[in-house]
Amino acid sequence: MAIIEVENLVKRYGDHTAVDGVGFTVEQGEIFGILGPNGAGKTTTVECVEGLRVPDGGTIRVCGIDPRRETGELRQLLGAQLQESELPDKLEVGEAMELYGSFYRDPADWRELLAMLGLTDKIGTRFRRLSGGQKQRLSIALALIGNPRVAVLDELTTGLDPQARRDAWDLIERVRERGVTILLVTHFMEEAERLCDRLAVIDSGRVVALDTPAGLVSSVDDRQRVRFRPSAPLDHSVLTALPEVTSVDRAGDQLVVTGTGNLLLAVTTVLARNQVTAAGLRVEQASLDDAFVALTGRTIDS
Amino acid sequence: MSALARLTVAETKLFFREPMLVFFVLAFPPLLLVVLGAFPALREPSADLDGARAITLYLPIIVAMGLAMFALNSVSQLLATYREKGVLRRMRTTPVEPRVLLGAQLLMSTVMSVATMVAVLAIGRVMYDVGLPRQPFAYLVAYLLTALAMFAIGLLVASFAPTGKSAGAIGTLLFFPILFFAGLWVPRAAMNDVLRKISDFTPLGAGVQSLQDAAAGHWPQPLQVAVLLGWTIVAGGPAARYFRWE
Repeated sequence: MAIIEVENLVKRYGDHTAVDGVGFTVEQGEIFGILGPNGAGKTTTVECVEGLRVPDGGTIRVCGIDPRRETGELRQLLGAQLQESELPDKLEVGEAMELYGSFYRDPADWRELLAMLGLTDKIGTRFRRLSGGQKQRLSIALALIGNPRVAVLDELTTGLDPQARRDAWDLIERVRERGVTILLVTHFMEEAERLCDRLAVIDSGRVVALDTPAGLVSSVDDRQRVRFRPSAPLDHSVLTALPEVTSVDRAGDQLVVTGTGNLLLAVTTVLARNQVTAAGLRVEQASLDDAFVALTGRTIDS
Repeated sequence: MSALARLTVAETKLFFREPMLVFFVLAFPPLLLVVLGAFPALREPSADLDGARAITLYLPIIVAMGLAMFALNSVSQLLATYREKGVLRRMRTTPVEPRVLLGAQLLMSTVMSVATMVAVLAIGRVMYDVGLPRQPFAYLVAYLLTALAMFAIGLLVASFAPTGKSAGAIGTLLFFPILFFAGLWVPRAAMNDVLRKISDFTPLGAGVQSLQDAAAGHWPQPLQVAVLLGWTIVAGGPAARYFRWE
């Protein structure tokens, strides 16, 4: 069942059309990613879903309700983690959880949430004394305190160091295991590839592609490269004869075999038959980065 | 407990975690009264003030000062900081609307400032033999009207200041002229006609006069009531119109 439905969403700021006909549906229990460069309209899109902005056109349903009409009900169903949203400096972690929990009809057990997020030893710590990663984890905790069915996480890992980022990814997967559907806004390819079941790639206010991460990559480029150092000289023609292989190049003492399909199996079979072993074997595939460039004509950071 | 009550409790806790703020807003007005009363000249009837004692005239000025500190140095800065830091924005994503937080802040400030007023009146009575207001109910009405006007000005500052720091700066900038016309440096009774006429139309000039009248047993005069309500509307209207949650 679709838990979030967005259809033909339009939002303008003056002359500028920030969101221009965006549409997607998110299924129950999914981690759905919205990927795009800065200024693509990602945040505006989710702010419309969160009921924080009024769209100029299109329809949105979250668990069947219209965020504009039943805002009160939406607030109970949807937890939001916003970019750059802090707490009062001197509010303690436990106090914040207790206070925000009291706003909801059926709040989660805040101690258990803090335990899951590794913040139990910070219950008596004031907000300003928390590290960047701890603040982010607290903001996830606050997004989940109302036992929401949907959590929207906007640029959750921006500004975190690589370790804290990986920890946050593990957390998001654990949140999903609780049965929460997650709408994740990101401009990190690695994050999208690692976490998302499906992705909408947004550029200049439009959805340019919508698929699984693997589907996006293969739709753009299914070529692979196999690199290795052969243990003995090898006639290139035994490789080029394979239907999977499109080209063979030499790079220093390495051979680079480019092709499609089950390239690795085909190449290693031929090598074994010729009693050649492959040292330093690596397989390279197109990445989501490559897919993004192919879809939008530029890199995500440009 | 309602969300308003919970937020008021939380805001009160946070208030008491700011020692500088607590000192200036809560403790400074009573202290100032104690210090002023220590000068014998201010406790004696003065020919310049038509035989009144200066300490009696200072009492409503100090009460008004306590209110101005809350409105201009505490509430405005705090709300602008909450907006700047996204606290109000986060509230928007919860079932409790951010205006409840604003209400909690105003409720807490009103209760605290009433406590300051009571402390000032008690010190005046016990230490310097200044009589309690003869019309306590009129005094409370005058106080609340003055509070309305001052908080409206505080909210107006919070509406237009882009950051907490700038709200603090604007608040301080307004604080001194408003307190001047309240009579903190020259009591209204000692002002010349031009200054007193201007003072009549400032929020605390009207506020102090109506408190003084109530203390003497009279209801606030129509001019003062009109001026106080006028400031409430002139400042509160645009504040309500232009206040942004983010």
